[in-house]
Amino acid sequence: MSLLELTGVRKTFGAIEALRGVTFSVEAGTVVGLVGDNGAGKSTLMKTITGVYQPDGGDIRFDGVSLVGKDPGAIRQAGIEMIYQDLALARMRDVASNIFLGRELTRSVIGVKLIDSKRMRAEAEAMIARLGARIPSVAQMTGQLSGGQQQSVAIARALTFNPRLVIMDEPTAALAVREVEHVLDLIRTLKAQGIAVILISHRLTDVFSVCDRIVVLRQGAVIADDATRDTSMNAVVAHIVGATDAPHQGAHP
Amino acid sequence: MASTTTQAASASWRQRIAGGAAVRLESLIVLAVLCAVMAALSNAFLSVSNVLNILLSTSVFGVLAIGMTFVICSAGIDLSVGSILALSGVVGAMLTSNLDLPWWAGIVGCLAMGAFTGWVNGFLITKGAIPPFIVTLGMLGVARGFALVLSDGVSIYGLPSQMVWLGQGRPFGVPTPVIILLLTALAAHVLLAHTRFGVYAQVIGDNEGAARAMGVRVERQKVLLYTLSGLLSGLAGLLFAARINSGEPTAGLSYELTAITATILGGTNLFGGRGSVAGTLIGALIMGVLQNGLNLLAVRPFYQQIAIGAVLILAVWLDRISSKEGWRR
Repeated sequence: MSLLELTGVRKTFGAIEALRGVTFSVEAGTVVGLVGDNGAGKSTLMKTITGVYQPDGGDIRFDGVSLVGKDPGAIRQAGIEMIYQDLALARMRDVASNIFLGRELTRSVIGVKLIDSKRMRAEAEAMIARLGARIPSVAQMTGQLSGGQQQSVAIARALTFNPRLVIMDEPTAALAVREVEHVLDLIRTLKAQGIAVILISHRLTDVFSVCDRIVVLRQGAVIADDATRDTSMNAVVAHIVGATDAPHQGAHP
Repeated sequence: MASTTTQAASASWRQRIAGGAAVRLESLIVLAVLCAVMAALSNAFLSVSNVLNILLSTSVFGVLAIGMTFVICSAGIDLSVGSILALSGVVGAMLTSNLDLPWWAGIVGCLAMGAFTGWVNGFLITKGAIPPFIVTLGMLGVARGFALVLSDGVSIYGLPSQMVWLGQGRPFGVPTPVIILLLTALAAHVLLAHTRFGVYAQVIGDNEGAARAMGVRVERQKVLLYTLSGLLSGLAGLLFAARINSGEPTAGLSYELTAITATILGGTNLFGGRGSVAGTLIGALIMGVLQNGLNLLAVRPFYQQIAIGAVLILAVWLDRISSKEGWRR
């Protein structure tokens, strides 16, 4: 049984069919690259997995249990974390609050659950150190950090709660070369730990260097799903731009 | 490099001064300067009875501003607080005066009416996906209208003595509304700064998409926020009615202006993300001192409206200027 199984997932926004029956699966401890042109439905698909959107059809199963109808909190609880392209950080709050956002540690004072900032800061500190990220202080406002540091916070948040599947939406798009290597190494480490990763990226060299399988999304449907060793850069690019779509081939002579 | 370190240092300095309560230093300075000016202009200003007077008049819109703090820091707005105040007061007075129900029914009636109206606001904002500005502007008219319809446009006199005590009592020499304001502020401070409910309110104002993605139930949270604002408007309605011993359908006119101004003066970000109950209390005191001072100086009440409105615009403008700190928007 696959860790994550999508079957015929559909999502429409008004008259627009963003996802038209997406089917693919992710095994534990593998890295799957999800590529496609802008508007192919990659982010919509991922937000449907994480519960931000509800699918209009099809099924999403994680470890055999359907995720349909669950809210983002429950899906994170089940073990799926996502690092969003915009990082989804509360920029006016400190690093520790962001890492624990949605899962705040509390202590009970006369029956009232109060947020335990001290413990959250200590644990956030430990997590940041384990990742080898350099952040001035976990008490710092997240919005005051550099782009790379903010990304470290988003990554730390995704990895703090022992996820079994981590989805990364364009994690390297805004990074310098050295930081890109750092993220790719991180993906390899996760894989070695048996954690599955879905990597969304426009940078095909990154995708080819870390992914076991590459899924190409085009106009809301999967048009290619191959092991990395069985495909090539040219083939993937051809799928992305639609050069392999049968109806399109003769349309522009 | 040097500039970034000084920036970080000054930020931590600010944070340390502000502490957990996150009171803006500027607000305290404005309050202090205002008090000094008023004291210099009027001998009566610093007398004990006048100070209690200021606190007493601050208590009603202070309670409103506390609810407003929660709503504004979630990047919302509640324009209906003044109208809910009037409607709640009228309902509380009718329950006890017209229907002869016991005093506690009047209190519960006030609070329940406020909470229900706030809930309707929250329901329309989330389920109807209508902007808070429009929903609460509409409710400003609707709630005021109901208050006038129910009371037939006239004051409803004569509340039970227990209710009147809430507005006119002076245990240990301190007016009851002042005690209620302080207790409300204390509870609200803990709620806003130290519980998930309060933190989520601020995170929603900071980055609603992030809040939703991280599992915060944004819609439910918003309904609760507007219900809380309504509940506190109901409490303010109760205090107001108790103080004048009547349910007044025209009570709290333009109080939303005062409450919003107090909130912004207190350092709550107009565009959401950051709020402070302690700051709001300071902001409310600034408004109270300003009104009281203008009264002592025998300035015609019409000018007070001008002053309050001008202070609101000035406060937002100053916030804009100082917003280059990065983590404010």
